Amino acid sequence: MKIKVDISLAWILILLIIFSLLPFLTGNVTLREEMFLILMCITLATSLNLLLGYTGYVSFGHIVYYGIGGYVAFALMYFYNVHLVPAIIAGGMSSAVIAYVFGQAILKLRGAYFAIATIGINEAIKALFNNLEAFGGATGLYFNFKIYNQYGGAENAIWLSYWLMAASAILVIAVNWYVKKSKFGLGLMAIREDEDVAYVLGVDTRKYKSLAYMLSAFFPGIVGGIFFFKNGNIEPGHAFHLVKSIEMIFMVMLGGFGTVTGPFVGALTYERIRGILLVSPIFKDLHIAISGIILLAIILFAPAGIVGYIRDKIPRIRRFVE
Amino acid sequence: MILEVDNVTKKFGGLIALNKVSFSVEKEEILGIIGPNGAGKTTLFNVICGVYHPIEGKIVFKDKDITRWAPFKIARLGVARTHQVVKPMNDLTTKENVMVGACFGKEHMGLEEAEKIADEVLSYVGLEDKAEILAGKLNVPEKKRLELARALASKPELLLLDEVLAGLNPSEVSDMLEVMKNIRKSGVTIMMIEHLMQAIMNISDRVIVLDYGVKIAEGRPDEVANDPKVIEAYLGNPELAVELLKEGRNDSS
Repeated sequence: MKIKVDISLAWILILLIIFSLLPFLTGNVTLREEMFLILMCITLATSLNLLLGYTGYVSFGHIVYYGIGGYVAFALMYFYNVHLVPAIIAGGMSSAVIAYVFGQAILKLRGAYFAIATIGINEAIKALFNNLEAFGGATGLYFNFKIYNQYGGAENAIWLSYWLMAASAILVIAVNWYVKKSKFGLGLMAIREDEDVAYVLGVDTRKYKSLAYMLSAFFPGIVGGIFFFKNGNIEPGHAFHLVKSIEMIFMVMLGGFGTVTGPFVGALTYERIRGILLVSPIFKDLHIAISGIILLAIILFAPAGIVGYIRDKIPRIRRFVE
Repeated sequence: MILEVDNVTKKFGGLIALNKVSFSVEKEEILGIIGPNGAGKTTLFNVICGVYHPIEGKIVFKDKDITRWAPFKIARLGVARTHQVVKPMNDLTTKENVMVGACFGKEHMGLEEAEKIADEVLSYVGLEDKAEILAGKLNVPEKKRLELARALASKPELLLLDEVLAGLNPSEVSDMLEVMKNIRKSGVTIMMIEHLMQAIMNISDRVIVLDYGVKIAEGRPDEVANDPKVIEAYLGNPELAVELLKEGRNDSS
């Protein structure tokens, strides 16, 4: 297969790499923590875009795959002392496999029914982990501090998780771009536009939807593994937090669904808005409410999101901004 | 013989949409399908494409029994269709729409080749200057041509055209008929549903008439046009109709 790299992918990757290196170059720990969250948001939003943006299926409970990946990776490290890297890959794979299984059942549903089913799955899995004593039940699992020794201490472990998060952000954006430029992506977008027509035109809609769902579940699984490793504990309330799911949708819509740059811009903007609101004494409890109002405004006035709006207004830049 | 429809029945609840319909289609012919509204013409297309499965009977395409196949597999075998109510993929460009047809149709080609085919087909139907426009922004006649282009790009052996002439003005109709003749010349078999009698009688080699899901006539266009059963289906009482026709002839002579 021929690997193409286009300017529309190159600039965003270079930007991402520069951003990721900033905390390391400046040695600023606060910046590293902020960047960690931003990179996490970028990865989550971009992976959701594969499903929401290209395939047109709104998954309201997508955070379930973050939780599953998180639990699998955490348990592997906790019980079997597995290294972080294989553990998060196992977490991502488990999320993808479970997405395949659920997908067989719920990808037959369309529109609101699908969205509601995904919420149901998230809540069901959350209830399951709440009651699984092997995984610590509702209080979850806590790492012994010694677990970080094999990475050369906690500080190094945090840096490792930071680099892994940066790598997954870069990877997911590249995957997003290649999907958009591929025949697979064209098939997905045909499904988004009109599934019945796509089916009659020869698109194997079931297989394509399944693949898109699995791919979009894989990366949140990895992210969950990294996040909870760094966090040091995992509990169902955090792993399957529905608000995070809604935030993912918000970021994709804000930036522009179905684009490569959109989720990136959306995640960046959202994290900044949230950061400012959370530290402001007036708004600190209102950030979700304000996000809701912004989302409403986007849907009403710029349904294609920031990137979609810009692409629409300035056709000249379309070649550079996918 | 490229397609054989054998004793096909399809029901929607208590409504019998197709009732033991049988016919066959020869290679490279144009078969017209006519009948009053609700006669089951579009349902027949949907059954051939696999959108609906018949409750009885079988459909054989190129010696393969495709009765219970999924639509996408039938498309890959070489059947393409257009929709009566145009269904463009609005947020994709005209060219991307056609590329979907090319990529996932019979030839199952890659993106680059599909793009070439899309350009060819678009200029064939006269949409080349609209290639980069979003399909949702085309007007209705253009959308109809897009439907045709999308179907053609898949390189079908059997093309099902569902009222592609409806809503076109007379000069557009004659353009479209030329296009169809050329398509047939290139070796494609065509089945077409049409309400525009003059056009269908002109272009079809054979015509099938459906009424309430039953095939009531089949034959050359002129035979079918004079069949009392067909006249009844369209006009009601056959004796009255025949009388009216006779009077018409007497008047003109």
